[in-house]
Amino acid sequence: MDALTIHRLHFAFTVTFHYLFPQLTMGLALLILILKTMALRTGNPHYASAARFWAKIFAINFAMGVVTGIPMEFQFGTNWSRFAKSAGGVIGQTLAMEGVFSFFLESSFLGAFLYGEKRLGPKAHWFTALLVFLGSWLSGFFIVATDAWMQHPTGYAIGAHGEMVLTSFWSLLLNPWLGWQYIHTMAGSVVTAGVAMAAVGAFYLLTGSHQEHGRTFVRLGVIAGILATVLMLFPSGDGQGRNIAWHQPVTLAAMEGLFTTEQGAPLAILGQPDMDRRRLDNPLVVPRALSFLTYQSWKAEVKGLDSFPPQNWPDSVPLVYYSYHIMVGLGTIFLAVLAIAAFRLWRGALYRSRPLLWLLMMMLPFPYIANTAGWITAEVGRQPWLIYGVMRTPAGVSAQVSSGNALFTLIGFLGIYTILSILFLFLVYREIEEGPERAAAV
Amino acid sequence: METIWFWLVACMLVAYVIFDGFDFGAGIVHFLVARTDAERCVVFSTIGPVWDGNEVWLLAAGGTLYFAFPALYASSFSGFYLPLMMVLWLLILRGVSIEFRNHVESPVWHPLWDAGFAIASALLAIFFGAALGNVVRGVPLDASGEFFLPLWTDWTPGQSPGILDWYTVLAGVTVLAVLALHGALWVALKTAGEIEVRARRVAGRVWWGVLVLMNLLTVASFRVQPRLQASFVARPWGWVFPFVAIAALLTAAVMNYRLRERAAFLASSLFLAAMLVSVAFGLYPCVLPSNGDPELSLTIANASAAPYGLRVGLVWFIPGMLLTAAYFVYAYRSFAGKVGVEERP
Repeated sequence: MDALTIHRLHFAFTVTFHYLFPQLTMGLALLILILKTMALRTGNPHYASAARFWAKIFAINFAMGVVTGIPMEFQFGTNWSRFAKSAGGVIGQTLAMEGVFSFFLESSFLGAFLYGEKRLGPKAHWFTALLVFLGSWLSGFFIVATDAWMQHPTGYAIGAHGEMVLTSFWSLLLNPWLGWQYIHTMAGSVVTAGVAMAAVGAFYLLTGSHQEHGRTFVRLGVIAGILATVLMLFPSGDGQGRNIAWHQPVTLAAMEGLFTTEQGAPLAILGQPDMDRRRLDNPLVVPRALSFLTYQSWKAEVKGLDSFPPQNWPDSVPLVYYSYHIMVGLGTIFLAVLAIAAFRLWRGALYRSRPLLWLLMMMLPFPYIANTAGWITAEVGRQPWLIYGVMRTPAGVSAQVSSGNALFTLIGFLGIYTILSILFLFLVYREIEEGPERAAAV
Repeated sequence: METIWFWLVACMLVAYVIFDGFDFGAGIVHFLVARTDAERCVVFSTIGPVWDGNEVWLLAAGGTLYFAFPALYASSFSGFYLPLMMVLWLLILRGVSIEFRNHVESPVWHPLWDAGFAIASALLAIFFGAALGNVVRGVPLDASGEFFLPLWTDWTPGQSPGILDWYTVLAGVTVLAVLALHGALWVALKTAGEIEVRARRVAGRVWWGVLVLMNLLTVASFRVQPRLQASFVARPWGWVFPFVAIAALLTAAVMNYRLRERAAFLASSLFLAAMLVSVAFGLYPCVLPSNGDPELSLTIANASAAPYGLRVGLVWFIPGMLLTAAYFVYAYRSFAGKVGVEERP
């Protein structure tokens, strides 16, 4: 394998593994804040113990997020030094702001939130939950802002030595790409947290343990999950799609598996991109639907891959196509299951409906898959550019770090993250098994 | 403007070394000051609520360094590729050791993480010391400001050095001793009874090691990096920093001997700060010296971001740091006093 491929795998693997944890904690921070708010308003200790239980799960995930997150901040310099040097004048802003504004906030108040419930009293403790929530959502904002700039660079100029120079701070932070992407990402995080909460609740109800908490978890998880899923589809997913159609039309063609430019382009539901024959094998399509979804007109022309020179195509069109279809397919399934669950909840029949509880429990891994697939769509879809339209991916790599050295550390990360995964599953399973009742205030 | 950011980044790194330094130090002296499982729990609870916030100084300092001096960040992070990756692995080990230790009550679970915590802390201190040694010694920068260092070559700081040579190893061992002292004084400050007595005794002994190693390292540094002497000759007022460091080190020993834990720990913190500022002063305006042609060195002029970005940065950085200071005052005040055996989280 050449050095570039290993450096790409290095970043892809470490960032994919890392994002398994923040995607739960960001959403969970919101749900814990809701539980704490209910505890404060009702004075019912049931909600306080529910929040305490999820705080423990949060703490384990947060620790995993921290230890796997530090390598991300380092890798811009270690593996992508030419990118880091060129773009540092711009994205250095958002990365430094994340450290200064959100990491200190989160880490300072997480300790107080986890260990200070008794000492602080209900109101101050609620406030620490709010600050942890703010810190983690700010962190998400600065990271998505960094990515949005790589997807759609704004507010910069090329300096005397070819490096990128920031010219407008506000166009970096108010990038038109950023708004929808941020809402889409955070809603995705709430879907993961909501489904995780509902799945644990369903597990308790199905195993006949911790009934009262099980009902609370299912209720809050389903309501948060359905609201966030709707938000993902509309308006954030729609807005995101329009941004791609407008600014990265070749990515849209790859996502949809559209090889030829058409008026009244069909929407592919299933099928396998055949890169040799440049067509979709075994296609199942909805005629004209892609034109309508993209341009609100059944006859509009949608540009296919043939409208762009192949050197500007994402370097793995099938990967972009599959990850996008997995994301959308799973999102549709979430919408259906959660809508039925929400309806049954409203009718007061959800807690007795064992098949539906089974479905909710089995749904646990799928939001993780959908979120990961979404990020693969965005980041592989951005290829062959590292900074869209400005810097090609091979130009950004650390040329002086050889493939052997990069493979050495990639193998190291594979091994370490395998051990971390085992530890993580073991510890989280123990907390779930122990259940929410035994958690006393500390 | 570049000078302001040079000192702001230096201050953040000083804050990192002082704050996370005592976490590392507590890990280094972990097995020396705590004999039983219960005592080791106490050592963990002296850093449990604050270590994560302390580590954030590394992230924030790294982020700020990247923001202010992108070329320095790109060059040094890729050039020190192998040791940095190992630092990342050790930081992972250290973090999970602290976070996961108290989740399971078992005679095999606690010792496992005690060992992980101690080993990772000691190795991290050595690695960071060696890293500082590398920056002082200089690296073989090429015309595009890049380099790549192997882990070792012939163990001498000559024209083709490795990460490790006798000088950087000396720096690593010195930092190990310095942080062991710092950590022992922290543990003495935060604990009572047997552990406190042992921590104070460890600090007293390690202090002599620090004294000897610091002298050796100082002499060696002036020989390895002539720039240092040139700086102090050109701006003699800079001698105030090494003198403050010497005074702080002596004060730390006296205060430790007189059982004034807080003063001893603060003196040790001042010692760390003064030493690092001395180094920064000695290298300024250079941020990464070349060990060959001095023209190839990275300086605040050729490694910094453009003026507009640096100006805008100052506008958000200052309120950000004020907020951070407020969080830290809050976090440490609510964690004031000694931790006992019974009130571990």
